[in-house]
Amino acid sequence: MIQLKNINKVYEDGFQALKGIDLTFEEGKINVLIGPSGCGKTTTMKLLNRLIDYTEGELTIDGKRIKDINPIDLRRQMGYVIQSIGLFPHMTIYDNVAAVPKLLKWDKERIATKVDELLKMVDLDPEVYKSRYPNELSGGQQQRIGVIRALAAEPKIILMDEPFSALDPISREQLQDELVKLQEDIQKTIIFVTHDMDEAIKIADQIILMRDGQVVQKGTPHDLLTSPANEFVEEFIGAERLEQAKGLPPMTAFVDEDFPYATITQSVDDVISLMVTHKKDQLPVVDAEEKYIGIASLYDAVRSTDKPLTELVNRKIIAYRRTAEVEKFVASKDTIAPIIEPDDTYIGVLDQELLLEKLHEKFGSKSGVTS
Amino acid sequence: MDFIIDLGRYMADHSAELIDLTIEHILMVIYAIFLALVVGIPLGILAAKFKKLAPVILSLVNILQLIPSIAMLAILLLYFGLGFQTVVIGLFLYSLLPIVRNTYVGVREVADGVTEAGKGIGMTPFQLLMKVEFPLSIPFLMAGLRVAAVIAVAVATIAPYIGGGGLGREIISGISFQNDIRIYAGAVPAAALAIIADLILGIVEKRTKKRFAS
Repeated sequence: MIQLKNINKVYEDGFQALKGIDLTFEEGKINVLIGPSGCGKTTTMKLLNRLIDYTEGELTIDGKRIKDINPIDLRRQMGYVIQSIGLFPHMTIYDNVAAVPKLLKWDKERIATKVDELLKMVDLDPEVYKSRYPNELSGGQQQRIGVIRALAAEPKIILMDEPFSALDPISREQLQDELVKLQEDIQKTIIFVTHDMDEAIKIADQIILMRDGQVVQKGTPHDLLTSPANEFVEEFIGAERLEQAKGLPPMTAFVDEDFPYATITQSVDDVISLMVTHKKDQLPVVDAEEKYIGIASLYDAVRSTDKPLTELVNRKIIAYRRTAEVEKFVASKDTIAPIIEPDDTYIGVLDQELLLEKLHEKFGSKSGVTS
Repeated sequence: MDFIIDLGRYMADHSAELIDLTIEHILMVIYAIFLALVVGIPLGILAAKFKKLAPVILSLVNILQLIPSIAMLAILLLYFGLGFQTVVIGLFLYSLLPIVRNTYVGVREVADGVTEAGKGIGMTPFQLLMKVEFPLSIPFLMAGLRVAAVIAVAVATIAPYIGGGGLGREIISGISFQNDIRIYAGAVPAAALAIIADLILGIVEKRTKKRFAS
């Protein structure tokens, strides 16, 4: 865990870049530092690998004071991706990706395996790309190499300084998607600096919005969109985006926790009677640990009362995370939307009446029809 | 036309001697350039790395270049006496400027992003220099080497005044005997040497640019 306590940074010329920053970067999450230029977001990030040192306060990584860690060792333990890509132009792709493992004196075989693995991870064929030079690759490919170079030594923490801002819009979107996908597997603590709100909303688990060396607001993208702390936040997020967000709260706003559900060990008869008493034709089914399994429908249950419940459950009906967008359900053809925690623990189902009401509010008001 | 035929005949008749002089000429230049690389690269790097040293080092090598070549060799003569090594030292001092300056520029020109990446992934300042900054400055260094070589080939022709050899001996004899054929017999190969050095090092420079270009 990375903790910043009352961090101040004053430059020799008296300019105070950071003013009393209190922050915790969440472990295994994408933490996005965002704000207008000169707000101190990059400075904050560079404190973490000691490219910049703070003048006051306390910065600890897993409880250890950062000033007690040798900066060279510190940097080798952290991935670093920079805006201008920063690949070494005179080294092959292989040597670029292998740069940190080589500094750490890994043996050759281990490095070779790792480089291949990483190249495959970003869909670049090792046999084709290993021996190429950076200038023989497209911008998007180069930054993919930049990202995997940061991953090569298996760091727990990765710093990314506006890594995608120099790319064309299409490559940028692709790399953002890939990063989110990648993060599901690697679960690193990522500190990501950007000035692009769309990017932040897309990839962040936690957004830290800064201005003039201070943290203005921090929270999930949803927090910022639904309850901006002040006018500056609203302005920075943009009226349009806020308006959109208002129309579409995530799943969590529609959870019906009282909706009845069945446990996989129950008999089919019990499940049928449960449906009858509650006048439902579908019920979510959970296992002994309250994890979501699938949906049991009354129609199937009545047809085969002799079968165990496990065989009746329709496992194809997907569940949504709390933070998922409601549109995803609206766009699907399912008639029920179970909602789960990230660890699959069942929470409830989407309250469709409430959803209808909200949709009506939104589109009704837009078309001028009052209800 | 007759003159060219005469020159050709003279050079053919004295080919063995001229070849010896050419080899001597080349050797003086190679020794001098080698010395200039050994001394100039570290000086260039020092200048690039320490902002306060840069003006001192750069103006010093600049001044060396400004001393007229014949005066420089005469001054060196006072300290080192007549002979081959005095010439080499003179040529070395002349070659310093392009090499120091180009190494300096080359190291300074390495893109900020690249040096930041090197630092950011945990290279020590020395590793950064050896693995990133110096290799990336090689195309600049090669350009400096090319200039230095051409200058050295030209300046080496006055070597005989201080007891050196090389093609200058033929030129100076020609002047003493008022024999224009002998002047040309020294000057033409010397010019050819300069052109060849320029061409070959030009190709090398292009290759390194291709290899190290960002």
